[in-house]
Amino acid sequence: MTEPMVISSPHRHVGITVRGVMVRVAAALAPGILVYLWIFGPGVLIQCVLAMATAVATEALILRWRGRPIRTALGDGSVIVTGLLLALCLSPLTPWWVTLMATVFAVALGKHAFGGLGQNLFNPAMAGFVFVLLCFPAPMNKWPAVPAAGAPAPGLMNSLGVIFVPKAEAVDAVSGASALNHMKSRLGLMEMVSEIRSDPVYGNFGGRGWEWIAMAWLAGGVALLVLGVIRWHIPAAFIAGMTCVSGITWLMNADVYAAPVFHLATPGAMLGAFFIATDPVTAATSDRGRLAYGVLIGILAGLLRIWGIYPDGIAFAVLIGNACAPVIDRYTQPRVLGVAG
Amino acid sequence: MIRELHAFPGGLPLAHYMEWTCGEESLLQPLPARIVLPLQQHIGLPATPIVNMGDKVLKGQKIAAASGYVSVSIHASTSGTVTDIGDHPAPHPAGITARCIVIEPDGEDHWYDIRPVDEYTTVDPRRLQEVIRDCGISGLGGAGFPAHVKINEGVENAVDTLIINGVECEPYITCDDRLIQEKASYVVAGTRMIGHAVQAKHRVIAVESDMPAAYAALARLVGDDIELVQVPARYPAGGEKQLIQVITGKEVPCGGLAIHIGILVQNVATAAAVYRAVTRGEPVVSRYVTVAGAVPRPRNLQVLLGTPVTDCLRTCGYEPQPGERIILGGPMMGQHLRSTDVPITKTSNCILVQQEPEPAVELPCIRCGNCATACPIRLLPQQLYLDTRAGNYDAARQHHLFDCIECGCCSYVCPSHIPLVQYYRHAKSHISAEERRRDGADHARSRFEARNDRLRADASAETQRESAGNTASANSEYVRAAVERTLARRQARDAGPDGETGSHD
Repeated sequence: MTEPMVISSPHRHVGITVRGVMVRVAAALAPGILVYLWIFGPGVLIQCVLAMATAVATEALILRWRGRPIRTALGDGSVIVTGLLLALCLSPLTPWWVTLMATVFAVALGKHAFGGLGQNLFNPAMAGFVFVLLCFPAPMNKWPAVPAAGAPAPGLMNSLGVIFVPKAEAVDAVSGASALNHMKSRLGLMEMVSEIRSDPVYGNFGGRGWEWIAMAWLAGGVALLVLGVIRWHIPAAFIAGMTCVSGITWLMNADVYAAPVFHLATPGAMLGAFFIATDPVTAATSDRGRLAYGVLIGILAGLLRIWGIYPDGIAFAVLIGNACAPVIDRYTQPRVLGVAG
Repeated sequence: MIRELHAFPGGLPLAHYMEWTCGEESLLQPLPARIVLPLQQHIGLPATPIVNMGDKVLKGQKIAAASGYVSVSIHASTSGTVTDIGDHPAPHPAGITARCIVIEPDGEDHWYDIRPVDEYTTVDPRRLQEVIRDCGISGLGGAGFPAHVKINEGVENAVDTLIINGVECEPYITCDDRLIQEKASYVVAGTRMIGHAVQAKHRVIAVESDMPAAYAALARLVGDDIELVQVPARYPAGGEKQLIQVITGKEVPCGGLAIHIGILVQNVATAAAVYRAVTRGEPVVSRYVTVAGAVPRPRNLQVLLGTPVTDCLRTCGYEPQPGERIILGGPMMGQHLRSTDVPITKTSNCILVQQEPEPAVELPCIRCGNCATACPIRLLPQQLYLDTRAGNYDAARQHHLFDCIECGCCSYVCPSHIPLVQYYRHAKSHISAEERRRDGADHARSRFEARNDRLRADASAETQRESAGNTASANSEYVRAAVERTLARRQARDAGPDGETGSHD
């Protein structure tokens, strides 16, 4: 606009900034990260630092190349949250170069190729995650085993070694099957759920150890709801969708399909429902749209887990949900006041 | 009967900051050195001056007449001499000047010979409308729509509910609150008068739940004929559409008027002005103004229209300082003043002094949807932002840009600090200008086509004349050929051997 700057009403602001939102999201992740640290050692923290540093560096480079103000864009904190979420989706045992590539892909192609903050169609963290999942399935499938009762979690040097000098035997020594992976492979061997569940990788609801991380993500998600950073529609719809799919199959045959609670008590489901599917940029915007969007992702994630070839399908479900968000928005526009219908 | 109240969508719970001014008795703002009265203090056409420079005028004397149906008169707010009729700074969003009548007060404050209407209940409602228009009453709540137009609509259509709006939902503003506390009888009597004028079935006076003193003052006076309603404090409950929704549960049809669903809304100050107009013949010459915010002595003032904002601030112990921002109106919808040299007009309800805020960097929209949640019209502010930013004005219209009431809720909650309302205002004025231009272009086109038709008619007449000319020249060609043939024959004959006797030569 070329006319002289007009100071337009309103002359007040609620005082929340994009940065404030991002800080709250990061803070809500803290309890889960602490539980993760407690059970599985410092691997997760190394992944977080690596991904965040890579994310910031990548964004700074791209901003410079695009001739955009670097300080403002980095200052909004969104790229740090992208890095953080991506690191938390990866296994703590992931080799450093996989994390690096995933993060660069997320920031460069997931976010900036679309125009940067607010312009991206797909959740950058999920785009980066799926990229490495498709390209490097082998290292992505190594998940840490829960240390035996009384044994300490791996130390810092051990974790650093696994990530930066990944020797097969060292990795194998600390890795084990994740609960989802275990369940999928054993079901493939025609075992019954009740038999499979007696394996020590399972806890009370889901994977042993992992279920507590899931609880911590849930607690952080509830904190975001209370703080008003997210609204209830997407998480509730996500959980409802996933419960629906897993509930129906479980009721049909409890021997070959795991119970809904097993699916929900996975870190992926809780992180997905409260932190990833709720990314406003890539979600539907109206309340009704968000319900549809959440249900869609929940159902897809459930279906992919049960019948897909990958143990988990949340990342795929989120990306499909992202692709559908504009259409959902189009058909769920709220009725404008005074318009009949 | 206790009326069941309804909720409106969106809105914000805002801190009120009313306690500083709502308990203090209002002060009479002293006569200023100069009164500047803009000819347009209402929606519609500006009034036409009926005085000349140098004329002596009395307080309450009509100095500019309503020009057309949607227009109201302007009256001298004190006695004195007209010293200028010309352009002066006036409260306008673009900060430009407007045509004003300037009066130099003589200090006497002599009233013009004003006359009351006889017992209003026996008077034809149409007569009341004339009085209301003659007394220069436009909506004193903020928009400034001429009161008689609304009332006339109410006479032509059946009015089910008359709502007198005392809901001051913007923070800081307490001028209606004070007016009700100090002049409750005016408000109640004015309500009855408007109710009579439009023959309303139900009459409701609405105040906000955080105005207990005003409620009590009204409760002492209303009878069975008027319902007194306390509306929950939520911004913008005092907006016309929102208040109608809260009180009746009905929605004003998109693109329509409240009267289309049988409702008439007037402000409490308008009701009080109607009372004065009818019982005394007194036109609108002053109003209550709240002076609030970062001033030493925040207070409500009774200000003569045309008094400079500077004078009002001075009464409250404030001198303009750098780093502070003066707003005419409330913090949500008020207008930033570049100069305090502008006059108080019929729609000025508040002067607010604020610290200049830290300049916020506008970030891209993150589609968080907070704006849509806050919008009381259930618009999609983020979509409108994308439309207007891209200059896609047709899409913006389809997304109901013109239903936006500019309440500011969306900008208030935006984490990216996008001045959404500014984008919408810009788009609205652009579209209106475009329409005017198109109307102008239509006019020009019709003139152009008329001219073409005329030229074509001229041209065809010309062609006819020409073809007629061609016929003539063909004839002359024929004649010349004949002449030459004759001459040739004659020469041949002259030179001929047999020769002919006699000669024509």
